[in-house]
Amino acid sequence: MSHPQRAAAFTSDAERTTWHDETLWFVRQKRDKAVYAIPEFQELRQLASDIKEHTLSRLDEYLEQFEQNARANGVQVHWAADAEEHNRIVLDIMRGVGATSLVKSKSMLTEECHLNPYLIKNGIAVVDTDLGERIVQLREEAPSHLVLPAIHLKKEDVGETFHVHLGTPKGEKDPQNLTEAARRHLREKFLIGQVAITGVNFAIAETGAVVVCTNEGNADLGVNLAQVHIACMGMEKLIPRTADLGVFTRLLARSATGQPVTTYTSHFAKPAEGRQMHIVIVDNGRTRQLGRPDFRNSLKCIRCGACMNTCPVYRRSGGHSYDFTVPGPIGAILSPNIDMRQHSSLPFASTLCGSCTDVCPVKIDIHAQLYKWRQIIAQEGELPVSKKLGMKLLSSVLARPAIYRFGGKIAREGLRFLPHALTHATAFNPWAKARELPEAPKQSFRDWYQQTVK
Amino acid sequence: MKVGLFIPCYVDQFYPQVGIATYQLLEKLGVRADFPVKQTCCGQPMANTGCEQDAKPVYRHFVDTFQGYDYVVAPSGSCVYHVRKHYDVVEQTGAVQHVRQATYDLFDFITSVLGVTELPGRFPHQVGLHLSCHGQRGLHQANESEMTPVRDGQLSRLLRSLDGLTLTELSRNDECCGFGGTFCITEEAVSARMGQDRVQDHLQHGTQVLTGGDMSCLMHLQGIVRRRQLPMRVLHAVEIFNVALQPSGTSVSTFVPQSTTAERV
Ligand code: SF4
Repeated sequence: MSHPQRAAAFTSDAERTTWHDETLWFVRQKRDKAVYAIPEFQELRQLASDIKEHTLSRLDEYLEQFEQNARANGVQVHWAADAEEHNRIVLDIMRGVGATSLVKSKSMLTEECHLNPYLIKNGIAVVDTDLGERIVQLREEAPSHLVLPAIHLKKEDVGETFHVHLGTPKGEKDPQNLTEAARRHLREKFLIGQVAITGVNFAIAETGAVVVCTNEGNADLGVNLAQVHIACMGMEKLIPRTADLGVFTRLLARSATGQPVTTYTSHFAKPAEGRQMHIVIVDNGRTRQLGRPDFRNSLKCIRCGACMNTCPVYRRSGGHSYDFTVPGPIGAILSPNIDMRQHSSLPFASTLCGSCTDVCPVKIDIHAQLYKWRQIIAQEGELPVSKKLGMKLLSSVLARPAIYRFGGKIAREGLRFLPHALTHATAFNPWAKARELPEAPKQSFRDWYQQTVK
Repeated sequence: MKVGLFIPCYVDQFYPQVGIATYQLLEKLGVRADFPVKQTCCGQPMANTGCEQDAKPVYRHFVDTFQGYDYVVAPSGSCVYHVRKHYDVVEQTGAVQHVRQATYDLFDFITSVLGVTELPGRFPHQVGLHLSCHGQRGLHQANESEMTPVRDGQLSRLLRSLDGLTLTELSRNDECCGFGGTFCITEEAVSARMGQDRVQDHLQHGTQVLTGGDMSCLMHLQGIVRRRQLPMRVLHAVEIFNVALQPSGTSVSTFVPQSTTAERV
């Protein structure tokens, strides 16, 4: 299924679409308020973008520096070329310490690597401890947003899920009560977690420490109760110095939810006495993207989700319509790098309005990259044949004024004289499902000009 | 000053009155524009579909048509944005470079080149302005809500300068209408829903005349207004100015919705 098909299914529930759009627009407005309050916000964006550009330009050096410093801190560092290797490394660490249960705070990377199903298949009990992640895990769904993984669900849906899995009373939908139930449920899980996985928001080259930003404190709780901490990170998470961190923490929470800063900004530098800390650094296609000059700066992404909240298409088609771990505009420029054929409809799931580019805290030119992916997808022959032939024909007509004039006249007269039912038949003309065609005038502009002016 | 008029292909065929108003408004402002008849299209529909390579002959034809003019003026921010931003894939000859920087959106031309920021005239109606994304975010003709709470721009200033005109305060000042070129066909469901939401915002806040600087967005919004038979008239902003600046005697009442039923084809 392509994006348009999944999007059409989503919009067919008009009420839910309205709710989804308004909920995310509310988050976008909170972001606006926070942004307007910081006079130097645009300078901060530029600074963040420059720091990331610089880091990407010598990523190899910073990675080695980071590895060295982390090892010196007593951390075990692992390198994974792809998702499979990443998953195997995690499983090996668990087997090495004889662990069978795992608690995991928010990590898009492990979603990208499909770690959960892999571990479960290998006999490990996995519990996501971020509330939103836990909800979608119980429902066996994928997250639909980077920051708000269960944003596609209403409180009634969550109530029903908790009723089935956690035994809350049927019909309970009070957010406070549901959160309390989740908290009690998760506390038990924290206590039996032998290994804790966290994601990584920023990895600091000069110290070898990793920084994890959460609002629920679940990363800290998990790590502090478990014997082993595994931090999983994509290799683009690096920043050079601790001094650079403030630029990003100021941008991240404001862009994501309109908060001045995330509730918890946790620094993990070395294992506690008698415990283990591991860092797994994952490539999984990132080197390939780094090698594409037009798309490399998509690796600047700090996963704030602002481009989703602002995207008028995302708000009306839902995260699952993208069918990729990272949905929305940024997902649409990351996914073709992973599998162009499978995700070929995503760069077209945009009007190129440019709002994503303007909210992005690290100034990724998202809509320009969507345009560029379209060119590549067309050249690689991944466009539907009808689209391709149509465009070739159109182009040859538009380069020849005489044929163009003739064709335009036929189209216009056709509209004037054919019956409405025929010109608006939705089987041939998707435009007409919800819209009238323009009224066809008797005369084109050029006819008028030639008669009146010339 | 030699000014060439570029009238986008679909405007030429379906909205000749927009082309006529552009010609006449420029004339009232002292500019006699020329319309080179061999013009066709800027190539945007193909390029946005990924067929930039196929569009190159169209780009060359555009440059060939307009290279002899000091300015190329078009009542469409979207086409102008395309010429300026995306004609970088053909060889950058002197002619190509000249045409790229000489191509102006009509209201940018009026404001920045002619230096006109107020227009005399009267249009006693509530007008809702739809900002086209290419004009606003692409050509920076208006402030963006992503950056600042201040809602200001070339077109809203010109409109406000007309006597009797009230501009609608919208909930979402600069949300995309969902036209998006071939997007309006390939993503029909989302496109229609986006357009319906824009129209609803205008309806709720009292827009009588829905306007903008880009006929492509307006064609899409008008399609929805007419399908739902809403009491709202859709006009390109140049039509408003051209009628407001009419030498006395011409009635503007034909421009307001007469009843709750919009006319059908
Ligand atoms: S692309 Fe930019 S706006 Fe989107 S999630 Fe990444 S950092 Fe945030």
